[in-house]
Amino acid sequence: MPAIETHALSRRFEGGIVAVAGIDLEVADGEIYAFLGPNGAGKTTTVRMLTTLLKPTGGTALVAGADVAKDPSAVRRAIGVALQEAALDPLMTGRELMVLQSTLHALPREEGERRSSALLERVGLTQAADRRIGTYSGGMRRRLDLATALVHDPKVLFLDEPTTGLDPVSRRAIWEEVEKLNREGTTVFLTTQYLEEADQLADRVGIIDNGSMAAEGTPRELKAQVGRPHLELVVAGGPAERAREVLGRFGESLPARDGLLMVSLEGGAGQVAAIVRALDDSGLTVESLKLVEPTLDDVFVEKTGRHLEGAEQKPAEADAAP
Amino acid sequence: MSGVRLASNARVIAILGRRSVRQAFRRPQFLAPILLFPTLFLAINTGGAGRATQIPSFPPVHGFLDFQLAGAMLQSTMLAGVSGSIALAMDIEIGFIDRLFAAPIPRWTIVVGRLTATATLGVLSGAWFLTIGLVFGAHIEGGVAGALVIVLLVALNAAAFGALGAALALKSGSPSVAQGIFPLVFVILFLSSAYFPRNLLLEPAKTIADWNPMSLIAEGLRDPVIYGLSWSALGKGLGGIAIVMAIGAAWSASAMRRRLRTG
Repeated sequence: MPAIETHALSRRFEGGIVAVAGIDLEVADGEIYAFLGPNGAGKTTTVRMLTTLLKPTGGTALVAGADVAKDPSAVRRAIGVALQEAALDPLMTGRELMVLQSTLHALPREEGERRSSALLERVGLTQAADRRIGTYSGGMRRRLDLATALVHDPKVLFLDEPTTGLDPVSRRAIWEEVEKLNREGTTVFLTTQYLEEADQLADRVGIIDNGSMAAEGTPRELKAQVGRPHLELVVAGGPAERAREVLGRFGESLPARDGLLMVSLEGGAGQVAAIVRALDDSGLTVESLKLVEPTLDDVFVEKTGRHLEGAEQKPAEADAAP
Repeated sequence: MSGVRLASNARVIAILGRRSVRQAFRRPQFLAPILLFPTLFLAINTGGAGRATQIPSFPPVHGFLDFQLAGAMLQSTMLAGVSGSIALAMDIEIGFIDRLFAAPIPRWTIVVGRLTATATLGVLSGAWFLTIGLVFGAHIEGGVAGALVIVLLVALNAAAFGALGAALALKSGSPSVAQGIFPLVFVILFLSSAYFPRNLLLEPAKTIADWNPMSLIAEGLRDPVIYGLSWSALGKGLGGIAIVMAIGAAWSASAMRRRLRTG
């Protein structure tokens, strides 16, 4: 049974605005699935429907085998949710919030306290557990939010833009924790607008744009749809013609620029070593070499005709933007 | 409802109530309207208009403070409702309410948890004003039993106004809208018998006060102080509170349904 399954899931708001326009999804048990798209694409609306915070206006959705519209209580018992903005009360302490969350999930008091302490330690917040959340950094808040979502050991974990606004170190800490949780068997459904996050974390990626699925697959499959990797080289020790002739044995030679030779790798990145050896055998020396692979942004451009917002920025650069 | 579910819901209400009470103590701007403002108002009214008791037909009191205590307690509980409303609206604004909505708990426990906190603050308010009254020479004709009835009525009244406040917060989702009704509290109070006897009000204030449920509540709180305990006083107080609670509960339920529908 899939962890998440939707058929023609849609949401229309008052005034006729269609935020999600008939999405079909299937997320396998134990998978990390990333929902990638720009702001306003419909990611959060989809997550809110899957977590029973918003009723669908069309289609069906099953989470952990329960229908979000017909049996929302069963869905809520099975899921953990860490929402965008890390909805935390700044006046509470981390430990108070953990205990509150364990009570909301009907854990007996002793078990709730034990789980709270264990999870606070897991996310590195034991020292700060009795401080008010208002004094926490952004990264600490996200880690606490993640810990609260895990207090009842959920089958499916929803993370809505879990690293937006975080510095690279905090981002890396969240990624490691998500990977660890997934290795322990938790299915993870995360939304993100960061290509790198989807690329690094997800087993499969769904690209959403204007409320519809634009593409879906593993990061490798998606990138393969828009082209093969190519190699950029600077070669010395002989004429460029000889170098082109050697490179041509491995793939289509692409137009050179500024002394760079470029070749499309028909057989994928595994050909790099063979190319270097072949050039060496022909008496040519490779001075520099760069493997350029298609990115998920290339996929986004291919499928939607435009770049993903902020795709040119590294996440840390995005953080620095006002 | 099974015993296990009942116990689980009671735990949820208790922990949400405890959180809200802590919130009030950790954010002084939530507590000040409940205790500080009505205390200042009481001091100013009692000090400045003390000779009002000499007006013919004024109820038989030992001093104007005896009469004014009910108004102060009523004002305090109404402002407790406003504070609760602001706090709930802030929970909606920062998204904390989504944490509660995504949990496997009945939605009504979220509102009842907050009302429990408001009622607890009502107990504090009742005890505070009775203590102040006794320290400054008020006579409570109903004795200890009368004082306990007053505290009970104040707590219930706080919960009733908490329900109205919760409805407003759920409907608007905006702390500034909730804060905006602050002045309305005073208008409603002045158009009741909270600060002055109904029989001495001029028209149309008197007619409005006759129909204003705040008058029933004010008199329900005042009678144990100036006349002693009676079923009619208790009935008036509970009747007025029931009207406010019924409106608040119905409006809250409707606002909650709408919020859940529209997300």
